[in-house]
Amino acid sequence: MKPFDYVRPATVSEAVVAAARPGAAYLAAGTNLLDLMKGNISRPDRLVDVTHLDGLDAIETLPDGSLRIGALVSNADLAHDPAFAKTYPAVAEALLSGASAQLRNAATVGGNLLQRTRCAYFYDTASRCNKREAGSGCDAREGESRGHAVLGWSDSCIATHPSDFCVPLVALDAVVEIEGRGGRREIALDELHRLPGNSPERESALEPGDLVVAVRLPPAARGFAAHARYLKVRDRTSYAFAVVSAAAALRIENGKVAEARIALGGVAAKPWRARAAEDVLRGVAPTADAFQEAAWRALTDAKPSGDNAFKIELARRIVVRALRLAAAGTPARLPALPASPFASTSGAIHA
Amino acid sequence: MNHSISLTVNGARRDFVLDDPRVTLLDLLRERLHLTGTKKGCDRGQCGACTILVDGKRINSCLALAISHDGADILTIEGVARGDQLHPVQAAFIAHDGFQCGFCTPGQIMSAIGMMQEAQAGNDPERIRECMSGNLCRCGAYAGIVDAVLEAQGQMDESNQRRSA
Repeated sequence: MKPFDYVRPATVSEAVVAAARPGAAYLAAGTNLLDLMKGNISRPDRLVDVTHLDGLDAIETLPDGSLRIGALVSNADLAHDPAFAKTYPAVAEALLSGASAQLRNAATVGGNLLQRTRCAYFYDTASRCNKREAGSGCDAREGESRGHAVLGWSDSCIATHPSDFCVPLVALDAVVEIEGRGGRREIALDELHRLPGNSPERESALEPGDLVVAVRLPPAARGFAAHARYLKVRDRTSYAFAVVSAAAALRIENGKVAEARIALGGVAAKPWRARAAEDVLRGVAPTADAFQEAAWRALTDAKPSGDNAFKIELARRIVVRALRLAAAGTPARLPALPASPFASTSGAIHA
Repeated sequence: MNHSISLTVNGARRDFVLDDPRVTLLDLLRERLHLTGTKKGCDRGQCGACTILVDGKRINSCLALAISHDGADILTIEGVARGDQLHPVQAAFIAHDGFQCGFCTPGQIMSAIGMMQEAQAGNDPERIRECMSGNLCRCGAYAGIVDAVLEAQGQMDESNQRRSA
C-alpha cells in the first residue's frame, strides 16, 4: 500500500476543502477502498476520514414524508431498522443480499453508492484497464467476460456497477444530497453514476471535494411497500455479487397496476432503471403476459459485450420473476436467504 | 507524522502512537499487542478469519484502519472466555467438532458471537448459514459449525428465558 497522509476534519466544510485537493480520497468504512489500496489499484496521497463527522448517521422521516438516510448509516443498521424494512422492503432485502454480515456492519450508505466495479481486469494491475488507467485499453473485451455488462457499455469499458442497494433505490427515485465546494446540491441517483462512453475513468457526476451526505427517498416511494421485491442471481447462494439482479415495485389499485418501478443490477456501469418496461405495465392487470412484455422491453437495447449473451435472457426471466413475486405481495418476513431465487420461501413459479 | 489513538481491547484501555496511518486493526492487534488469536487469512475482507467485535459489532479487522477507530471498544477471541471458563460458543465448537485445522475458528467464533447479539438468525440453520457466510472454512467444517452455533443459541435462549421467568 502506498503511503498517504491522514486527516480527520471536524466539519463537513473542512472535509470538502481537504478532499478537493488532487490525490485526496474520502475514507468512510474503507471496506472497498482499503482493499483497492492494498492491491495498488487506488493510490491516494491523502485520506480524508469522514467517519467522525457529526450529523451524517441519522435515519429521519421528513415532514413531507420523504426519508433521509445519512451517508454514514451502516448497511446493516439501515436494513435492520424495522420501520425502514417495513416501508422499503425491497431496499432492505437488497442490502441484506449484499456482501457478508461483517461487511454490512461496517460499510456505509455513501460508500455503497461509490464502491468500484469488481471487474477482475480493473483489479489486476498487470491488465490493461481504461477505468484504472485512462487510455490503456481494456483486457476484459477479449478476456473472461461472462459477468460483464450487456447494457450501456462501450468499446472502452464493459464493467458493471456491483451495488445491490442502488438497484431498488434507483427504482424508487432516490435523490443524493451532496456537499461540495459550491455548497449543497442534490441529484437523482440515476444521474450519479456515468456510463463509460470514451471516459470510463470518470465514474460519477461528483467533482473533486464532493461529499455524499445523505440519500433521500421521496414520499411516493412509500406507495410500493405492499408489492416490492429484490431478486438476485449469483454464482453462490450468499456472499457474492450479482450476475443479474432486479428490483420490482408495484402499486396495484382495483386489480390493475397503477404504477410500476423496475431496475436491474449487474448489467451495466450503473443501476439500470427500466422506464420503458414500467410504461408497459401502467394501467394493465398484473398478468404473466404483461410481465413478459415488460421484461422484453427492459432488455430491448441489450447486447452481449463478450461471452455473456446468457445474461440478457437471464435478466428477462429475473425481471418477470421479480414482478410476479412483487405482485404476489411483499412477504411478512424477509426470506431466510434474502433475494435468492432459490429461497425455500419464495413460492414463485419459474418464469 | 505520528498519530495517537486509544482503544479498549478486551476490557483494558490501550494507548498507541502510530507512525504510519496504514496500520489496520488486525495488524495492530497481532503485531503491537501480540494478540495473535485474530488471524490474517486473505487480508482483503473475503475470508472472515480476522473477525473481531468493534463496539459490539462484528467486522473484518483487515479492512479497518486503526487510526480511524480511535476510542473504539474491541473484543477479540482472547477476551471471550472468563478465566478457564470457556465462552458457550467456544465450548459448543469443541463439542460439535466445529473445526479441523483451526485457522478460521477464532473468526468463526467471533462472528457467531456477533451474530447471536444481532439476533437475526435465531435457531434456523438456513439463517445461521446465511448469517455466517462471511466466514470461510477451507477444511469444510461447516456442518459442525452450524451445529455448534445452534447449541450455543439454544443455551442463550434458555438462559434468557430463565432470566425473564
